[in-house]
Amino acid sequence: MSGMLRKTGSAALVLGLFALTGTGLVAIVHGTTAERIADNERKALLHGIHALVPPAEIDNDPLADTVELTAPEAFGSEQPVTVYRARKGGREIAVVFTVVAPDGYSGAIRMLVGIRADGRLAGVRVVAHRETPGLGDKIEARKSDWIRDFDNRSLRDPKADGWAVKKDGGVFDQFTGATITPRAVVAAVHRALRYYASHREAMFLVAQREESTDG
Amino acid sequence: MAEVNYGQVVRDGLWTNNAAFVQLLGLCPLLAVTGSVVNGLGLGLATTLVLIGSNVTVSLIRGVVRSEIRIPVFVLVIASFVTAIELLMNAYLYQLYQVLGIFIPLIVTNCAIIGRAESFASRHAPGPALIDALATGAGFTAALVVLGGLRELLGQGTLLAQMELLLGDGFSGLTLTVLPDYRGFLLAALPPGAFIGLGFLVALKNVIDRRMERRAGIKSIEITNGTTVEE
Repeated sequence: MSGMLRKTGSAALVLGLFALTGTGLVAIVHGTTAERIADNERKALLHGIHALVPPAEIDNDPLADTVELTAPEAFGSEQPVTVYRARKGGREIAVVFTVVAPDGYSGAIRMLVGIRADGRLAGVRVVAHRETPGLGDKIEARKSDWIRDFDNRSLRDPKADGWAVKKDGGVFDQFTGATITPRAVVAAVHRALRYYASHREAMFLVAQREESTDG
Repeated sequence: MAEVNYGQVVRDGLWTNNAAFVQLLGLCPLLAVTGSVVNGLGLGLATTLVLIGSNVTVSLIRGVVRSEIRIPVFVLVIASFVTAIELLMNAYLYQLYQVLGIFIPLIVTNCAIIGRAESFASRHAPGPALIDALATGAGFTAALVVLGGLRELLGQGTLLAQMELLLGDGFSGLTLTVLPDYRGFLLAALPPGAFIGLGFLVALKNVIDRRMERRAGIKSIEITNGTTVEE
Protein backbone atom coordinates (compact mmCIF):
# COMPACT_ATOMS: atom_id res chain seq x y z
CA MET A 1 0.00 0.00 0.00
CA SER A 2 2.71 2.48 0.96
CA GLY A 3 4.70 1.39 -2.09
CA MET A 4 1.81 2.28 -4.34
CA LEU A 5 1.36 5.57 -2.55
CA ARG A 6 5.00 6.40 -3.09
CA LYS A 7 4.75 5.50 -6.78
CA THR A 8 1.69 7.69 -7.21
CA GLY A 9 3.35 10.45 -5.25
CA SER A 10 6.47 10.46 -7.37
CA ALA A 11 4.40 10.39 -10.55
CA ALA A 12 2.43 13.39 -9.34
CA LEU A 13 5.69 15.12 -8.45
CA VAL A 14 7.16 14.52 -11.91
CA LEU A 15 3.96 15.74 -13.57
CA GLY A 16 3.95 18.81 -11.34
CA LEU A 17 7.57 19.54 -12.22
CA PHE A 18 6.79 19.41 -15.92
CA ALA A 19 3.78 21.65 -15.50
CA LEU A 20 5.98 24.12 -13.64
CA THR A 21 8.78 23.99 -16.23
CA GLY A 22 6.32 24.37 -19.11
CA THR A 23 4.60 27.31 -17.46
CA GLY A 24 8.01 28.82 -16.73
CA LEU A 25 9.03 28.55 -20.38
CA VAL A 26 5.80 30.19 -21.53
CA ALA A 27 6.17 32.91 -18.88
CA ILE A 28 9.72 33.73 -19.99
CA VAL A 29 8.75 33.88 -23.68
CA HIS A 30 5.73 35.98 -22.81
CA GLY A 31 7.90 38.33 -20.78
CA THR A 32 10.39 38.82 -23.59
CA THR A 33 7.82 39.22 -26.37
CA ALA A 34 5.00 41.15 -24.66
CA GLU A 35 6.48 44.56 -25.44
CA ARG A 36 7.12 43.71 -29.07
CA ILE A 37 3.64 42.25 -29.52
CA ALA A 38 2.04 45.36 -28.02
CA ASP A 39 4.21 47.47 -30.30
CA ASN A 40 3.15 45.40 -33.33
CA GLU A 41 -0.50 45.86 -32.48
CA ARG A 42 0.02 49.59 -31.99
CA LYS A 43 1.78 49.90 -35.34
CA ALA A 44 -0.89 47.87 -37.13
CA LEU A 45 -3.63 50.06 -35.66
CA LEU A 46 -1.77 53.25 -36.55
CA HIS A 47 -1.20 51.90 -40.05
CA GLY A 48 -4.96 51.29 -40.34
CA ILE A 49 -5.77 54.80 -39.13
CA HIS A 50 -3.25 56.36 -41.53
CA ALA A 51 -4.80 54.45 -44.42
CA LEU A 52 -8.00 56.39 -43.74
CA VAL A 53 -6.57 59.72 -42.58
CA PRO A 54 -3.18 60.40 -44.22
CA PRO A 55 -0.51 61.35 -41.66
CA ALA A 56 0.26 64.53 -43.61
CA GLU A 57 -3.16 65.92 -42.74
CA ILE A 58 -2.75 65.63 -38.98
CA ASP A 59 -0.20 66.58 -36.35
CA ASN A 60 -1.36 64.68 -33.27
CA ASP A 61 -0.98 61.04 -32.23
CA PRO A 62 -4.47 59.53 -32.64
CA LEU A 63 -3.50 56.58 -30.43
CA ALA A 64 -2.90 58.96 -27.53
CA ASP A 65 -6.00 61.08 -28.21
CA THR A 66 -8.88 58.73 -27.56
CA VAL A 67 -12.26 58.53 -25.90
CA GLU A 68 -14.25 55.44 -24.94
CA LEU A 69 -17.90 55.40 -25.91
CA THR A 70 -20.52 52.73 -25.39
CA ALA A 71 -23.30 52.49 -27.95
CA PRO A 72 -24.20 48.86 -28.70
CA GLU A 73 -26.74 49.71 -31.40
CA ALA A 74 -24.48 52.03 -33.34
CA PHE A 75 -21.19 50.15 -32.92
CA GLY A 76 -22.53 46.59 -32.92
CA SER A 77 -20.58 45.79 -29.76
CA GLU A 78 -21.56 45.68 -26.09
CA GLN A 79 -18.04 46.72 -25.11
CA PRO A 80 -16.93 50.34 -25.00
CA VAL A 81 -15.44 51.36 -28.34
CA THR A 82 -12.26 53.41 -28.48
CA VAL A 83 -12.58 56.45 -30.72
CA TYR A 84 -9.27 57.77 -32.08
CA ARG A 85 -9.25 61.47 -32.86
CA ALA A 86 -7.11 63.10 -35.54
CA ARG A 87 -6.38 66.83 -35.19
CA LYS A 88 -4.17 69.46 -36.74
CA GLY A 89 -3.20 72.52 -34.75
CA GLY A 90 -5.91 71.57 -32.27
CA ARG A 91 -8.58 71.65 -35.00
CA GLU A 92 -10.74 68.57 -35.46
CA ILE A 93 -9.91 66.62 -38.61
CA ALA A 94 -11.45 63.17 -38.23
CA VAL A 95 -12.48 60.37 -35.89
CA VAL A 96 -11.61 56.72 -36.45
CA PHE A 97 -13.30 53.88 -34.60
CA THR A 98 -14.18 50.21 -34.87
CA VAL A 99 -17.65 49.19 -35.94
CA VAL A 100 -18.97 45.63 -35.98
CA ALA A 101 -21.55 44.41 -38.47
CA PRO A 102 -23.08 41.49 -36.55
CA ASP A 103 -25.08 40.21 -39.52
CA GLY A 104 -22.41 39.04 -41.99
CA TYR A 105 -22.87 35.77 -43.85
CA SER A 106 -20.59 33.90 -41.42
CA GLY A 107 -20.67 36.00 -38.30
CA ALA A 108 -19.46 39.41 -37.33
CA ILE A 109 -17.49 41.70 -39.64
CA ARG A 110 -15.16 44.14 -37.86
CA MET A 111 -14.21 47.31 -39.65
CA LEU A 112 -12.41 50.54 -39.05
CA VAL A 113 -14.51 53.58 -40.01
CA GLY A 114 -13.05 57.05 -40.43
CA ILE A 115 -15.32 60.09 -40.47
CA ARG A 116 -14.10 63.60 -41.26
CA ALA A 117 -15.15 66.57 -39.18
CA ASP A 118 -17.62 67.69 -41.87
CA GLY A 119 -19.43 64.34 -41.78
CA ARG A 120 -17.92 62.86 -44.95
CA LEU A 121 -16.39 59.39 -44.73
CA ALA A 122 -12.61 59.33 -44.75
CA GLY A 123 -12.98 55.68 -45.62
CA VAL A 124 -13.80 52.21 -44.37
CA ARG A 125 -11.50 49.20 -44.04
CA VAL A 126 -12.50 45.69 -43.00
CA VAL A 127 -10.23 44.48 -40.19
CA ALA A 128 -11.56 40.98 -39.51
CA HIS A 129 -14.22 38.79 -41.07
CA ARG A 130 -15.00 35.16 -41.88
CA GLU A 131 -16.90 35.68 -45.13
CA THR A 132 -16.64 33.15 -47.94
CA PRO A 133 -13.30 33.34 -49.81
CA GLY A 134 -13.88 34.35 -53.41
CA LEU A 135 -17.38 35.70 -52.73
CA GLY A 136 -17.87 37.77 -49.60
CA ASP A 137 -14.20 38.59 -49.11
CA LYS A 138 -14.36 41.26 -51.83
CA ILE A 139 -15.04 43.63 -48.92
CA GLU A 140 -11.27 43.52 -48.26
CA ALA A 141 -9.44 46.48 -49.75
CA ARG A 142 -6.70 44.25 -51.17
CA LYS A 143 -9.18 41.97 -52.95
CA SER A 144 -11.39 44.58 -54.59
CA ASP A 145 -12.04 48.32 -54.75
CA TRP A 146 -15.60 47.92 -53.51
CA ILE A 147 -14.88 49.27 -50.02
CA ARG A 148 -13.43 52.48 -51.54
CA ASP A 149 -16.89 53.36 -52.82
CA PHE A 150 -17.55 54.66 -49.29
CA ASP A 151 -14.83 57.32 -49.58
CA ASN A 152 -16.34 60.81 -49.29
CA ARG A 153 -19.87 59.48 -48.87
CA SER A 154 -22.02 61.11 -46.21
CA LEU A 155 -25.57 61.11 -44.89
CA ARG A 156 -26.45 63.53 -47.76
CA ASP A 157 -24.71 61.42 -50.41
CA PRO A 158 -26.72 59.30 -50.86
CA LYS A 159 -29.88 60.15 -48.93
CA ALA A 160 -31.18 57.71 -46.33
CA ASP A 161 -33.02 55.38 -48.74
CA GLY A 162 -29.90 55.14 -50.90
CA TRP A 163 -27.89 53.55 -48.06
CA ALA A 164 -28.51 50.00 -49.26
CA VAL A 165 -27.23 47.63 -51.92
CA LYS A 166 -28.70 48.02 -55.42
CA LYS A 167 -30.79 44.89 -55.03
CA ASP A 168 -32.59 46.63 -52.13
CA GLY A 169 -33.02 49.86 -54.06
CA GLY A 170 -29.85 51.57 -52.83
CA VAL A 171 -26.74 52.88 -54.59
CA PHE A 172 -24.09 50.36 -53.48
CA ASP A 173 -23.06 47.39 -55.60
CA GLN A 174 -23.56 43.88 -54.31
CA PHE A 175 -21.29 41.03 -55.43
CA THR A 176 -22.27 38.25 -57.77
CA GLY A 177 -23.37 35.46 -55.45
CA ALA A 178 -23.02 37.49 -52.26
CA THR A 179 -25.59 40.06 -51.19
CA ILE A 180 -25.69 39.44 -47.45
CA THR A 181 -22.08 40.52 -46.87
CA PRO A 182 -22.22 43.95 -48.59
CA ARG A 183 -25.69 44.55 -47.16
CA ALA A 184 -24.31 44.07 -43.63
CA VAL A 185 -21.34 46.37 -44.29
CA VAL A 186 -23.46 49.15 -45.83
CA ALA A 187 -25.91 49.05 -42.92
CA ALA A 188 -23.10 49.17 -40.33
CA VAL A 189 -21.40 52.14 -42.03
CA HIS A 190 -24.74 53.95 -42.22
CA ARG A 191 -25.30 53.35 -38.49
CA ALA A 192 -21.85 54.75 -37.74
CA LEU A 193 -22.53 57.90 -39.78
CA ARG A 194 -25.88 58.51 -38.07
CA TYR A 195 -24.25 58.05 -34.67
CA TYR A 196 -21.56 60.55 -35.60
CA ALA A 197 -24.15 63.08 -36.76
CA SER A 198 -25.89 63.03 -33.38
CA HIS A 199 -22.81 62.61 -31.14
CA ARG A 200 -20.22 64.74 -32.92
CA GLU A 201 -19.34 66.77 -29.81
CA ALA A 202 -18.92 63.75 -27.56
CA MET A 203 -16.66 62.05 -30.10
CA PHE A 204 -14.32 65.01 -30.41
CA LEU A 205 -14.45 66.03 -26.75
CA VAL A 206 -10.96 66.51 -25.32
CA ALA A 207 -10.12 63.56 -23.12
CA GLN A 208 -10.00 63.81 -19.35
CA ARG A 209 -6.57 64.81 -18.16
CA GLU A 210 -6.03 61.85 -15.84
CA GLU A 211 -5.75 59.38 -18.70
CA SER A 212 -2.36 58.16 -17.46
CA THR A 213 -3.99 56.35 -14.53
CA ASP A 214 -5.34 53.51 -16.64
CA GLY A 215 -2.44 53.54 -19.07
CA MET B 1 18.90 -0.32 -28.46
CA ALA B 2 19.34 -1.08 -32.10
CA GLU B 3 21.52 1.06 -34.34
CA VAL B 4 19.44 3.83 -35.90
CA ASN B 5 19.26 3.86 -39.66
CA TYR B 6 19.22 7.60 -40.43
CA GLY B 7 18.46 7.12 -44.10
CA GLN B 8 15.42 5.11 -43.18
CA VAL B 9 14.31 7.75 -40.65
CA VAL B 10 14.59 10.48 -43.27
CA ARG B 11 12.88 8.44 -45.97
CA ASP B 12 10.02 7.52 -43.62
CA GLY B 13 9.41 11.11 -42.57
CA LEU B 14 9.56 12.55 -46.06
CA TRP B 15 7.84 9.88 -48.08
CA THR B 16 7.16 6.32 -46.93
CA ASN B 17 5.40 7.33 -43.74
CA ASN B 18 4.55 10.96 -44.58
CA ALA B 19 2.44 12.41 -41.75
CA ALA B 20 -0.08 14.02 -44.11
CA PHE B 21 -0.22 11.72 -47.14
CA VAL B 22 0.25 8.30 -45.53
CA GLN B 23 -0.71 8.59 -41.87
CA LEU B 24 -3.32 11.27 -42.66
CA LEU B 25 -2.53 12.97 -39.36
CA GLY B 26 -2.89 16.65 -38.56
CA LEU B 27 -5.64 17.10 -41.11
CA CYS B 28 -7.39 19.90 -39.24
CA PRO B 29 -4.66 22.51 -39.84
CA LEU B 30 -3.77 20.86 -43.14
CA LEU B 31 -7.21 21.43 -44.59
CA ALA B 32 -7.85 24.75 -42.90
CA VAL B 33 -4.77 26.74 -43.92
CA THR B 34 -3.75 25.35 -47.29
CA GLY B 35 -5.44 28.05 -49.34
CA SER B 36 -2.06 29.34 -50.51
CA VAL B 37 1.64 28.46 -50.56
CA VAL B 38 2.57 31.04 -47.96
CA ASN B 39 -0.02 29.82 -45.45
CA GLY B 40 1.03 26.20 -45.93
CA LEU B 41 4.72 27.03 -45.59
CA GLY B 42 4.12 29.16 -42.49
CA LEU B 43 2.12 26.52 -40.66
CA GLY B 44 4.50 23.79 -41.83
CA LEU B 45 7.51 25.61 -40.42
CA ALA B 46 5.73 26.33 -37.13
CA THR B 47 4.77 22.64 -36.86
CA THR B 48 8.37 21.61 -37.60
CA LEU B 49 9.68 23.88 -34.84
CA VAL B 50 7.23 22.35 -32.37
CA LEU B 51 8.23 18.86 -33.52
CA ILE B 52 11.92 19.60 -32.99
CA GLY B 53 11.27 20.98 -29.50
CA SER B 54 8.97 18.17 -28.43
CA ASN B 55 10.98 15.31 -29.97
CA VAL B 56 14.28 16.41 -28.42
CA THR B 57 12.69 17.12 -25.03
CA VAL B 58 10.78 13.84 -24.96
CA SER B 59 13.96 11.99 -25.92
CA LEU B 60 15.95 13.70 -23.14
CA ILE B 61 13.40 12.80 -20.48
CA ARG B 62 12.70 9.27 -21.73
CA GLY B 63 14.44 7.67 -18.72
CA VAL B 64 12.79 9.93 -16.15
CA VAL B 65 9.12 9.68 -16.97
CA ARG B 66 7.24 6.53 -16.03
CA SER B 67 5.03 5.09 -18.70
CA GLU B 68 1.79 5.73 -16.78
CA ILE B 69 2.18 9.48 -16.94
CA ARG B 70 4.02 9.79 -20.25
CA ILE B 71 1.00 10.98 -22.27
CA PRO B 72 0.13 13.92 -19.96
CA VAL B 73 3.82 14.84 -19.86
CA PHE B 74 4.02 14.77 -23.68
CA VAL B 75 0.93 16.96 -23.87
CA LEU B 76 2.45 19.44 -21.39
CA VAL B 77 5.70 19.57 -23.37
CA ILE B 78 3.93 20.04 -26.71
CA ALA B 79 1.48 22.62 -25.39
CA SER B 80 4.33 24.65 -23.84
CA PHE B 81 6.27 24.72 -27.10
CA VAL B 82 3.20 25.61 -29.15
CA THR B 83 2.34 28.51 -26.85
CA ALA B 84 5.93 29.76 -26.91
CA ILE B 85 6.04 29.59 -30.71
CA GLU B 86 2.67 31.31 -30.98
CA LEU B 87 4.01 34.20 -28.89
CA LEU B 88 7.23 34.36 -30.93
CA MET B 89 5.29 34.44 -34.21
CA ASN B 90 3.05 37.16 -32.85
CA ALA B 91 6.16 39.15 -31.97
CA TYR B 92 8.35 38.58 -35.02
CA LEU B 93 6.03 37.52 -37.87
CA TYR B 94 3.08 39.69 -36.97
CA GLN B 95 1.42 39.83 -40.39
CA LEU B 96 1.64 36.10 -40.95
CA TYR B 97 0.31 35.61 -37.44
CA GLN B 98 -2.71 37.70 -38.41
CA VAL B 99 -3.42 35.18 -41.17
CA LEU B 100 -2.55 31.93 -39.39
CA GLY B 101 -3.29 33.09 -35.85
CA ILE B 102 -6.18 30.88 -34.88
CA PHE B 103 -4.56 27.76 -36.37
CA ILE B 104 -1.30 27.98 -34.41
CA PRO B 105 -2.85 26.77 -31.11
CA LEU B 106 -4.34 23.90 -33.12
CA ILE B 107 -0.83 22.52 -33.62
CA VAL B 108 -1.29 21.08 -30.11
CA THR B 109 -4.00 18.84 -31.51
CA ASN B 110 -1.85 17.65 -34.41
CA CYS B 111 -1.62 13.92 -33.68
CA ALA B 112 1.50 13.68 -35.81
CA ILE B 113 3.48 15.44 -33.06
CA ILE B 114 2.39 13.29 -30.13
CA GLY B 115 2.64 10.31 -32.49
CA ARG B 116 6.33 10.97 -33.12
CA ALA B 117 6.91 11.57 -29.39
CA GLU B 118 5.32 8.25 -28.49
CA SER B 119 6.54 6.02 -31.30
CA PHE B 120 10.01 7.43 -31.89
CA ALA B 121 11.40 10.10 -29.56
CA SER B 122 10.58 8.23 -26.33
CA ARG B 123 12.60 5.26 -27.59
CA HIS B 124 15.64 6.95 -29.15
CA ALA B 125 18.53 9.24 -28.23
CA PRO B 126 18.20 13.02 -28.85
CA GLY B 127 20.25 12.88 -32.09
CA PRO B 128 17.99 10.46 -33.98
CA ALA B 129 14.93 12.14 -32.39
CA LEU B 130 16.06 15.46 -33.87
CA ILE B 131 16.58 13.91 -37.32
CA ASP B 132 13.15 12.30 -37.07
CA ALA B 133 11.59 15.66 -36.16
CA LEU B 134 13.28 17.38 -39.10
CA ALA B 135 12.25 14.66 -41.56
CA THR B 136 8.66 14.43 -40.33
CA GLY B 137 8.39 18.22 -40.23
CA ALA B 138 9.82 18.58 -43.73
CA GLY B 139 7.44 15.91 -45.03
CA PHE B 140 4.46 17.61 -43.42
CA THR B 141 5.59 21.06 -44.64
CA ALA B 142 6.07 19.74 -48.18
CA ALA B 143 2.55 18.30 -48.11
CA LEU B 144 1.12 21.63 -46.93
CA VAL B 145 3.06 23.59 -49.57
CA VAL B 146 2.06 21.25 -52.43
CA LEU B 147 -1.60 21.28 -51.43
CA GLY B 148 -1.46 25.04 -50.82
CA GLY B 149 0.12 25.58 -54.23
CA LEU B 150 -2.48 23.41 -55.95
CA ARG B 151 -5.37 25.26 -54.31
CA GLU B 152 -3.83 28.69 -54.83
CA LEU B 153 -3.27 27.94 -58.51
CA LEU B 154 -6.76 26.57 -59.09
CA GLY B 155 -8.52 28.97 -56.76
CA GLN B 156 -6.84 32.26 -57.67
CA GLY B 157 -4.54 31.56 -60.60
CA THR B 158 -1.44 32.68 -58.72
CA LEU B 159 1.51 31.07 -56.93
CA LEU B 160 3.57 32.43 -54.04
CA ALA B 161 1.20 35.36 -53.46
CA GLN B 162 1.91 37.37 -50.30
CA MET B 163 5.22 35.67 -49.59
CA GLU B 164 6.27 38.96 -47.95
CA LEU B 165 4.21 37.93 -44.92
CA LEU B 166 6.80 35.27 -44.21
CA LEU B 167 9.99 36.59 -45.78
CA GLY B 168 9.74 40.33 -45.27
CA ASP B 169 8.75 43.23 -47.49
CA GLY B 170 11.62 42.67 -49.92
CA PHE B 171 9.86 39.63 -51.30
CA SER B 172 6.54 41.17 -52.25
CA GLY B 173 7.37 40.74 -55.96
CA LEU B 174 7.52 36.94 -55.81
CA THR B 175 3.90 36.46 -56.83
CA LEU B 176 3.60 34.50 -60.05
CA THR B 177 0.39 35.22 -61.89
CA VAL B 178 0.25 31.91 -63.68
CA LEU B 179 -3.17 32.39 -65.18
CA PRO B 180 -3.79 36.07 -66.05
CA ASP B 181 -7.42 37.26 -66.03
CA TYR B 182 -8.35 34.07 -64.23
CA ARG B 183 -11.82 34.27 -62.75
CA GLY B 184 -10.99 31.94 -59.87
CA PHE B 185 -12.34 28.50 -59.14
CA LEU B 186 -14.19 28.92 -55.88
CA LEU B 187 -14.38 25.23 -55.00
CA ALA B 188 -10.60 24.96 -54.79
CA ALA B 189 -10.40 27.86 -52.34
CA LEU B 190 -13.14 26.49 -50.08
CA PRO B 191 -12.72 23.62 -47.57
CA PRO B 192 -14.13 20.95 -49.93
CA GLY B 193 -11.30 21.85 -52.31
CA ALA B 194 -8.84 20.90 -49.59
CA PHE B 195 -10.42 17.44 -49.19
CA ILE B 196 -10.58 16.85 -52.93
CA GLY B 197 -7.03 18.12 -53.45
CA LEU B 198 -5.71 15.93 -50.64
CA GLY B 199 -7.49 12.94 -52.15
CA PHE B 200 -5.85 13.50 -55.52
CA LEU B 201 -2.41 13.97 -53.97
CA VAL B 202 -2.73 10.75 -51.91
CA ALA B 203 -3.78 8.94 -55.08
CA LEU B 204 -0.85 10.43 -56.98
CA LYS B 205 1.56 9.29 -54.29
CA ASN B 206 0.15 5.77 -54.46
CA VAL B 207 0.55 5.72 -58.24
CA ILE B 208 4.18 6.82 -57.95
CA ASP B 209 4.82 4.19 -55.27
CA ARG B 210 3.37 1.45 -57.45
CA ARG B 211 5.43 2.55 -60.46
CA MET B 212 8.59 2.49 -58.40
CA GLU B 213 7.75 -0.93 -57.01
CA ARG B 214 7.21 -2.31 -60.47
CA ARG B 215 10.41 -0.78 -61.75
CA ALA B 216 12.35 -2.31 -58.88
CA GLY B 217 10.94 -5.65 -60.03
CA ILE B 218 10.25 -6.84 -56.54
CA LYS B 219 7.18 -6.68 -54.41
CA SER B 220 8.71 -5.50 -51.19
CA ILE B 221 10.89 -2.44 -51.16
CA GLU B 222 14.31 -3.24 -49.85
CA ILE B 223 14.65 -1.49 -46.54
CA THR B 224 17.99 -2.73 -45.33
CA ASN B 225 20.01 -0.43 -47.54
CA GLY B 226 19.22 3.08 -46.39
CA THR B 227 21.84 5.00 -48.34
CA THR B 228 19.58 6.30 -51.08
CA VAL B 229 16.57 8.47 -50.59
CA GLU B 230 13.92 7.99 -53.20
CA GLU B 231 11.99 11.11 -54.05
